[in-house]
Amino acid sequence: MDIDLMLKVYPFFLEAAWVTIVLSVLTAILGLICGTLGAAARLSRFALLRFLGAAYVSVFRGTPALIQLFILYFGGPQIGIQLDAFEAGVIGLGINAGAYMTETIRGAIIAIDKGQREAARTLGLSSWQATYKVILPQSARLMVRPLGVNLNMLIKATALVAAIAVVELTYTAQRYIGSTYKPFEMFLLAGILYMIIIYVTGRGVAWLDRKVQIN
Amino acid sequence: MTEQTHFVEIRHAQKSFGALEVLKDISLNVERGQIVGIIGSSGSGKSTLLRAINDLDPLTGGEIWLDGVQVNKTLPHRQYEKHINEMRQNVGMVFQHFNLFPHMTARENVTMAPKLLKGLSQADVDKLAEEQLDKVGMLERIDYYPSQLSGGQKQRVAIARALAMKPKLMLFDEATSALDPELVEEVNLVMKKLAEEHMTMIIVTHEMDFAASVCDRVLFMDKGVVVEEGPPSVLFKNPTQDRTREFLRKHIEGAS
Ligand SMILES: Nc1ncnc2c1ncn2[C@@H]1O[C@H](COP(=O)(O)OP(=O)(O)OP(=O)(O)O)[C@@H](O)[C@H]1O
Ligand SMILES: [Mg+2]
Repeated sequence: MDIDLMLKVYPFFLEAAWVTIVLSVLTAILGLICGTLGAAARLSRFALLRFLGAAYVSVFRGTPALIQLFILYFGGPQIGIQLDAFEAGVIGLGINAGAYMTETIRGAIIAIDKGQREAARTLGLSSWQATYKVILPQSARLMVRPLGVNLNMLIKATALVAAIAVVELTYTAQRYIGSTYKPFEMFLLAGILYMIIIYVTGRGVAWLDRKVQIN
Repeated sequence: MTEQTHFVEIRHAQKSFGALEVLKDISLNVERGQIVGIIGSSGSGKSTLLRAINDLDPLTGGEIWLDGVQVNKTLPHRQYEKHINEMRQNVGMVFQHFNLFPHMTARENVTMAPKLLKGLSQADVDKLAEEQLDKVGMLERIDYYPSQLSGGQKQRVAIARALAMKPKLMLFDEATSALDPELVEEVNLVMKKLAEEHMTMIIVTHEMDFAASVCDRVLFMDKGVVVEEGPPSVLFKNPTQDRTREFLRKHIEGAS
C-alpha cells in the first residue's frame, strides 16, 4: 500500500470532501422541505393531495436515484431544464431523499396516539393548533433517529453524482486513479473520509436525539 | 327544527360505523346542573353517544343541541370547524386513558388551551393553573410531567385541564376504569366535588355505587338504545325491564 501517495493527494481529497459535505447539507435541507411537504400531502384531508403525496413516494423510492439524476441532468435540457452538474445533484438527490423523509415524518406523526389529538380538539383547538401544539412536539422526538438514518443514506448517495461529473469525493478518487493507477489507495482514502463524515454526523444525530428525549 | 328548551338535547341520534348501527334513534334531555349517568354492557354505544355530544364521533342522523345552539349543524367545512371549535370550548371531556400531553407539565397541560384560545396574560395563566390544580388536589405536583404521576393523579390533572376552559358541561367516559382500585376514590371525590358545585355532567361508568351516589338520573343502554332510565333509587332497586335486571344482576355479582 502506497501510504506516501495517499498523504500526497490527501489535501485534494479533503477539498473534495468539502464538496461532499456541502452537497449533503444542501440535499438534506431540500430533502427535509420535500419530506415535510410530502408528509403534509399524505396526511391531508384532500384525496388529491394524498394521491400526489403517495405518487411522489412511490415514484422516487421505486426507481434508482441514478436514473433520476440522469433524467434530470441529461434529459433536463430536452424539456427546457438547464442545470449545471452540482445543481442537478442537489435537486435530484434532494427530491429523492425527500421521498424517504416523507415516510419517516408521516410515520412519526401517525405513531402518536389518536387520543392526543382528540384531547386537544376537545379543548377547542383547531386541527392545525392540535398538530403544532400537541402532535408535532411529540413526533419530533420520534423523528430524530429515523431522519438520522435518512441522512446517513443521503450522504452515501452523494457518491452517485460522480456519474454526472460533480467533483466530489468519489469523482476525485476516480480522477486520481487515472493518473496514479492506484485504485486501492484512492478508493480507500475516499472511503475513510466518507466514514469520518458519517461518523461525525451520526454523533450529531445521537446528541440531538438525547437532547430532545429529556424528561 | 323546533326551539330547544333543555340545556342539552339529543334528538333521534343515529350513528353507524359502516354497516354497524351503533346508536339507534336515541333521544335524551339534560337540564342545567343535572348529573346523568350512563351504564350498559361493553359495545352498547355509551362512548359513541358521549363522543357525539362534542362531535368527536359525528352522528349520521339526528341533532345535538347545547344551550340553545345546534352542535352538529350543516355548514361548509371551514365554518363548521370554527363553529365546532367554539362549541367544544364549552364542553369538557375526560377520557378513560387520561390523554394528558406527555411533553407538558401539569401546569402546561392545564393552561395550554386557555392561553392559546383565550389570550390570557401570563399572570392570569399562572393563577388559572394554580386554581384548577388546587381544586383537584394536585397543586404540589404543578410542575411534574405526566410520566411522574400515578394514574389517579394523571386523571385529576386531566379533569383540571378540562375545567380550565370553564366548560358548561363535563363529559366523563369511564374516568376511573383504567385505574388501580385504590386510586379510584381520589378521582371520584373530585367528581363529587364538581357535583356539589352543580356542574352539568354526563358520566359513563361501570361503577354502580358511584352512579347511585352522584347521579340524578341513570340511563341503561343496550345495543344502541336507551332501554330504561330513571333516578338511581328506582333504576337500581326496581328496574322494569328484563335486560336492565339481567345487566344489574351480572354486574353486581361480578363486582362482589
Ligand atoms: N371508530 C369506530 N369504528 C368502527 N366501529 C366502532 C368505532 N367506535 C366504536 N365502534 C363500535 O361501536 C360499538 C359501540 O362502541 P362504544 O365504544 O360506543 O361502546 P361502549 O358502550 O362505550 O363500550 P365499552 O363499555 O367497552 O367502552 C362497538 O361495537 C364498537 O366496536
Ligand atoms: Mg366506552
